Amino acid sequence: MIRTALALVLAVLPAACQREERQARPSPVGGESREEVALVSLSPGSAGPVVATSGKAAQFEGNAYHLSQGKKLFVWFNCNGCHGQGGGGMGPALIDDRWIYGAAIENIVQTIREGRPNGMPSFRGRIPDDQIWELAAYVRAMSGNVPSSAAPARSDTLHPRPAENRTDPSPPVAGGLVPPGGERAQ
Amino acid sequence: MPAKNFASTRYSELSEITPETAKDLRVSFTFSVGVNRGQESSPLVVDGTMYVLSPYPNILYALDLTKPGAALKWQYNPKPEAAAQGVACCDVVNRGPAYADGHLFFNTLDGNVVSVEAATGREAWKTKIGNINIGETMTMAPLVARGKVFVGNAGGEFGVRGWIQALDQQTGKVAWKAFNTGPDADVLIGPGFRPFYDSDKGPDLGTKTWPPGAWEQGGGTVWGWLSFDPELNLLYHGTGNPGPWNADQRPGDNKWTSGLFARDPDTGAARWFYQWSPHDLYDWDGINEQILLDMTWNGAPRKVLVRPERNGHVYILDRTTGEVLAAKPFHPITTTTGVDLKTGRLQYIPEKKPEMGKVMRDICPNASGAKDWSPSAYSPRTGLLYLPHANLCMDEEHLQANYIAGTPYLGSETRMKAGPGGHRGVYTAWDVAGERAAWSIKEEFPVWSGTLVTAGDVAFYGTMDGWFKAVNARTGAVVWQFKTGSGIIGQPTTYRAPDGRQHVAILSGVGGWPGVIVSADLDPRDGTGALGFLNAMRDLKEVTTKGGMLYDFALP
Ligand code: HEC
Repeated sequence: MIRTALALVLAVLPAACQREERQARPSPVGGESREEVALVSLSPGSAGPVVATSGKAAQFEGNAYHLSQGKKLFVWFNCNGCHGQGGGGMGPALIDDRWIYGAAIENIVQTIREGRPNGMPSFRGRIPDDQIWELAAYVRAMSGNVPSSAAPARSDTLHPRPAENRTDPSPPVAGGLVPPGGERAQ
Repeated sequence: MPAKNFASTRYSELSEITPETAKDLRVSFTFSVGVNRGQESSPLVVDGTMYVLSPYPNILYALDLTKPGAALKWQYNPKPEAAAQGVACCDVVNRGPAYADGHLFFNTLDGNVVSVEAATGREAWKTKIGNINIGETMTMAPLVARGKVFVGNAGGEFGVRGWIQALDQQTGKVAWKAFNTGPDADVLIGPGFRPFYDSDKGPDLGTKTWPPGAWEQGGGTVWGWLSFDPELNLLYHGTGNPGPWNADQRPGDNKWTSGLFARDPDTGAARWFYQWSPHDLYDWDGINEQILLDMTWNGAPRKVLVRPERNGHVYILDRTTGEVLAAKPFHPITTTTGVDLKTGRLQYIPEKKPEMGKVMRDICPNASGAKDWSPSAYSPRTGLLYLPHANLCMDEEHLQANYIAGTPYLGSETRMKAGPGGHRGVYTAWDVAGERAAWSIKEEFPVWSGTLVTAGDVAFYGTMDGWFKAVNARTGAVVWQFKTGSGIIGQPTTYRAPDGRQHVAILSGVGGWPGVIVSADLDPRDGTGALGFLNAMRDLKEVTTKGGMLYDFALP
């Protein structure tokens, strides 16, 4: 009797082991990831810009652990002070469909690392590479642009808007922004 | 100066525009400032020239009022650092230039004070005194008196340490600097400091009323209005909220934040201090305007200082001593039971204190207060104080605040909403001697514009949906209104033009803390955006758009 039970357990075990594969803990400091992603869809010739990515995007965007870490870091690094819960404030809205500096996770990684001229601080050297990717993946989740199965399901504070996994996707729209020249006074 | 005089009454002797004639007001010229962000500034008119200052990048324009259409005379662009925009808490506004002795003085968002020759637009000097890397910006209108330019920093949401500085009017060299937190030596508290109440007496309260070291990120900024009494030789300035917003991280009275200093303008030495909101729980900056009046109080003549305060009370202080004579509410209040006139202390209701991990609902007034920076005006003819203000409450929850220099230091999430009645703004005429509202006008949106009142018994103000209004200063009846291109949050100016007639001018261009939803195109789905103001202003995008236009009106 005991023997059959044990056999059953043993039979079930391998199936249970087939869960998503993930690196639970990203390597702490590590180097800087380098991705080749253009900010624009324009490029000389008809083929569009050259793009070469490492595949890190999929690893982070589809991963519930990384997304929830990103959500936590978004508060820990005071991103929420400037961007609210995505509606914006001192910084622009992050839940809308318009992106000044690109909506691809690779673009967002660059935004966080390099900073942007109108007041987005550069976090280079302040946040380890993998945590920047977690943040960037979470930024994508805020506008519903990651798989809802992996997006965070609850907020801990005021619940200003539905949780990320219930956020209607706002796919990035390539237009509708006023160019910096239009905002700039002479 | 934007406040008209050192006493900050914003009262004009001009009387041509009256409740009867106002209906004939016509546009005489317009001018685009070229920047579509919140226009909180006031046009200044000196010797036939109008000076207009834009929000970031803080371009100063001179318009020749003797030429048809007010021709552009010169423009000056200080080219402030673009990164400053990221650390400006509530839109990239500026509250105006000041004029003295042939020069204009103003602050740039990135922490420079500039002096520009009025005749030519040439820069006389430029002194950098603010540091955006730690979140310091400068948005206030300087006050110039006794050969000095008085200016202060903003950044109370970034854990900066508040200060006021005096710069030499001729050279731009810093004459003195006083911090509003920290040791007495830094605050310029010495033997001449005689506060009225015991709670403000004792050595180094600017460090002792804080947990160790917390005063270094303690706020107490000076981004609002200054007044000056030449007879008493006292400079009055408020101090901003303590940081972070999460009050549990800073037990104590948090001196010298959310209060008022009287200082010697020559040395900066503090003479007295009064704290509107000790251990502030709600982001109630104490930086609003102070109107200096001489009035009879309980049968005796008193030199008073009138302050409509963010915490919802109109205060009357003796401006020689700092004694509170009266404090009466002008806004629905759920957070305090008023001011104890014996101790001068605001009485908080403990049950309304925001906590970590718990949503505290229906806090009134909200974080931007019963009345924010938008300056009021006083008419000696009516004895009324004309108060542009809000009717707002909020829900709030505190979180752990992390100090990272150059990023917000808040520890709080809020969502604001309309107060009782559902309207979000009010324009109140406050009977100063009678300590009550004489009349008031309800407005859909917070009244974020300044106001002025004239000897013609007309008061002017603007609304966030774009109406510029003239009201009968005695009855509150709207006698004229004009729909400008964008919402109004600026300060009106009235003047006698070279054509001999009385004009009134206003900048139109929505923005500021409540209007940044439009000026920065924020997403109204997130109620906590713009530090919680988005929740109360979700519909603003449906009624107005960005703008940056000066409108000037006159009778035909
Ligand atoms: C001090 C305020 C501030 C802080 C803190 C801040 N941001 Fe920003 N952020 C800005 C501003 C301002 C911009 C716009 C920059 C520009 O237009 O040049 C911006 C832009 C961005 C953008 C680009 C948006 C677009 O449309 O392309 C992203 C993404 C972003 N921030 C994410 C973050 C994240 C993640 C954090 C926390 C690690 C963060 N920000 C912290 C102010 C801030």
